[in-house]
Amino acid sequence: MSVLVGKDTRVVGQGITGKAGTLHALNNIAYGTNYVAAVTPGKGGTTWEDKLPIFNTVHDAVEKEGANTSVIFVPPPFAADGILEAIDAGIETIICITEGIPVRDMTIVKDALKKSKTRLIGPNCPGIMTPGICNIGIMPGYIAQPGKVGVVSRSGTLTYEAMYQLTVRGHGQSTCIGIGGDPVNGTSHLDAVKLFNDDPATEAIILIGEIGGSAEEEAAAFIKANVKKPVAAFIAGTTAPPGRRMGHAGAIVSGSSGSAETKIAALKDAGIAVAPTPSEIADTLLEIYKG
Amino acid sequence: MNIHEYQAKELFTQYGIPVPAGKAVQSVDEFQAAIDTVTGEKIVVKSQIHAGGRGKGTFTDGYKGGVKVLDSREAAFEAGKAMLGNTLVTHQTGPKGREVKTVYFTEASKIAKEYYLAILLDRENSQPVFIASTEGGMDIEKVAAETPEKITRVHVDPAGGLHSFHKRKIAFALGLTTKEQLKQLDKLLTGLYNLFWEKDCSLVEINPLITTVDGDIEALDAKMNFDSNALYRHPEIVAMRDLGEEDPKEVEASKAGLSYIALDGNIACLVNGAGLAMATMDIIKHFGGNPANFLDVGGGGNEQQVTEAFRIILSDANVEGILVNIFGGIMSCKTIALGIIGAAKNVELNVPLVVRLEGNEVKEGKKLLDESGLKLTSADSLADAAKKIVELIQK
Ligand SMILES: Nc1ncnc2c1ncn2[C@@H]1O[C@H](COP(=O)(O)OP(=O)(O)O)[C@@H](O)[C@H]1O
Ligand SMILES: [Mg+2]
Repeated sequence: MSVLVGKDTRVVGQGITGKAGTLHALNNIAYGTNYVAAVTPGKGGTTWEDKLPIFNTVHDAVEKEGANTSVIFVPPPFAADGILEAIDAGIETIICITEGIPVRDMTIVKDALKKSKTRLIGPNCPGIMTPGICNIGIMPGYIAQPGKVGVVSRSGTLTYEAMYQLTVRGHGQSTCIGIGGDPVNGTSHLDAVKLFNDDPATEAIILIGEIGGSAEEEAAAFIKANVKKPVAAFIAGTTAPPGRRMGHAGAIVSGSSGSAETKIAALKDAGIAVAPTPSEIADTLLEIYKG
Repeated sequence: MNIHEYQAKELFTQYGIPVPAGKAVQSVDEFQAAIDTVTGEKIVVKSQIHAGGRGKGTFTDGYKGGVKVLDSREAAFEAGKAMLGNTLVTHQTGPKGREVKTVYFTEASKIAKEYYLAILLDRENSQPVFIASTEGGMDIEKVAAETPEKITRVHVDPAGGLHSFHKRKIAFALGLTTKEQLKQLDKLLTGLYNLFWEKDCSLVEINPLITTVDGDIEALDAKMNFDSNALYRHPEIVAMRDLGEEDPKEVEASKAGLSYIALDGNIACLVNGAGLAMATMDIIKHFGGNPANFLDVGGGGNEQQVTEAFRIILSDANVEGILVNIFGGIMSCKTIALGIIGAAKNVELNVPLVVRLEGNEVKEGKKLLDESGLKLTSADSLADAAKKIVELIQK
């Protein structure tokens, strides 16, 4: 078992005919992920890398190949439209890797998500992986290993850091979810924690957050009230100056809100073990979870 | 991206939001002509910097007030002279302050009451939200902390758009309820919402919004921030960018596709990924050091980019050591090692360098660095790297 992606996942790649998309989709397929179609408007009827049929629309990919999951590598000006198309086509889970989508476009996407059953992961994220079964996006497969720790993070490289620390200590992961660094995104920390909490294959959770917004606080409140599984966390940005966007569009302390201190305090208050440095994320969990 | 008050007011005018007429100039030679365009008894002189709190600010030479309401044209001329080229320190600029390169002369309004009005994106529910308060001209964070009941929030569903009831809610919260006021505020709020939406703003703030003694509503101050992800569709906004307001190193970095933010410590960092870059700053601090910058080279990290990154961090005179922290995901550590070696040939590395490589083909990458003859210290983990650079600097 795992969350969101697994054995039944049938992936359609939107915009994977580009250079980066091709590279990563090929990596995902080599990992064993079940890609069934590509969508690039105008290239319908041709074939991607001698492997997949290309369609002009996501609707065609759903109808003809039974796609239920989409990964999006579409450039920022067109990415929100790509997400909306996938929602309209009834895709269950959309993973949007694209970085740099205007916030305004994402507010419309968010509204469409509310009116649908579709779940969005990202944008501006590394993707999602259920080790050993399915890897969608740009996460390096070799750092993961099948296991029982669920990982959720806004940052790509910090996710890798946590996964790798677990793996070299002999602990695998159930599913790793990169939710992305944008201020308006699909799946939140809270959503991911709920999924992990309900997943019998997940025994412990690592939550990685950063400055900006209040998603970590919301997850902390839920954990305090509902989660019995051991949870460890790390928050990046203790030294970030207020009012500055730290690389991620969403990583900004505005006034009194979104600071690392507030988040760490909320997490600790919820009984979550907070790693003092990014080097100790796995160790912090393994102190409270023996596996 | 931010713009100046006078530029924001140009946009306000385009969107039907009333502002006092005025003219912004960059040299004393232009003062008189600008002052002559301003009608009315009194005249206002305003320092243009990308920071608020100017009215209560002080210049580094002791001159008080970055915003002045004056009785005569002569006094306005002198005030402008005192401000131009001077450095203004406000609670938003930090202790270093900002040099005033533009002075804005405007009509003086006869203020009856000051209010606060802003629109921004509420991250919690992904909708634009108006924030309105009867406490104008004050720091809104302070109002929110001390008298939260005086702040009204009105969310707008972006798919449904702005409706009359949204505007009425704001009007009644502010107590601007005469027929004429309702009419004026309705128009102003429509303009404000359209401006926010059409120009992809992340914030439009009017502090203060005022009623005049004649009962009219006007925006006396204007602050606008834009979503940088959307600038590609707004060349007219990009044209308003004032590079003089930004750190030159940050401007260069953005040209090279690097995400860089200057800080005031002495340990430079070069990292891939924004989260890891922040975490690297944090761990330097954790072990007693002080980060000189935030720098995310992104997923790329080719030789050219790494060279450019080294050049930028080394142009900071405070830097006494460098910490490179790379987690090679898909990319090979070999590529990154070659990038560092290549960069070291092009820039003079005269400070200690600690490199932590992890991930894809890490052994090969480390070997390349070891055999390069470069003077660097290799680290096994992020903690190890941070400890080592802090130690090396203390020597
Ligand atoms: N055109 C004007 N007419 C009259 N008073 C003004 C005018 N512009 C500003 N002021 C006064 O100066 C104060 C500060 O100006 P403002 O533009 O808000 O700058 P800041 O917020 O940077 O201090 C305002 O709250 C208002 O009382
Ligand atoms: Mg003001």
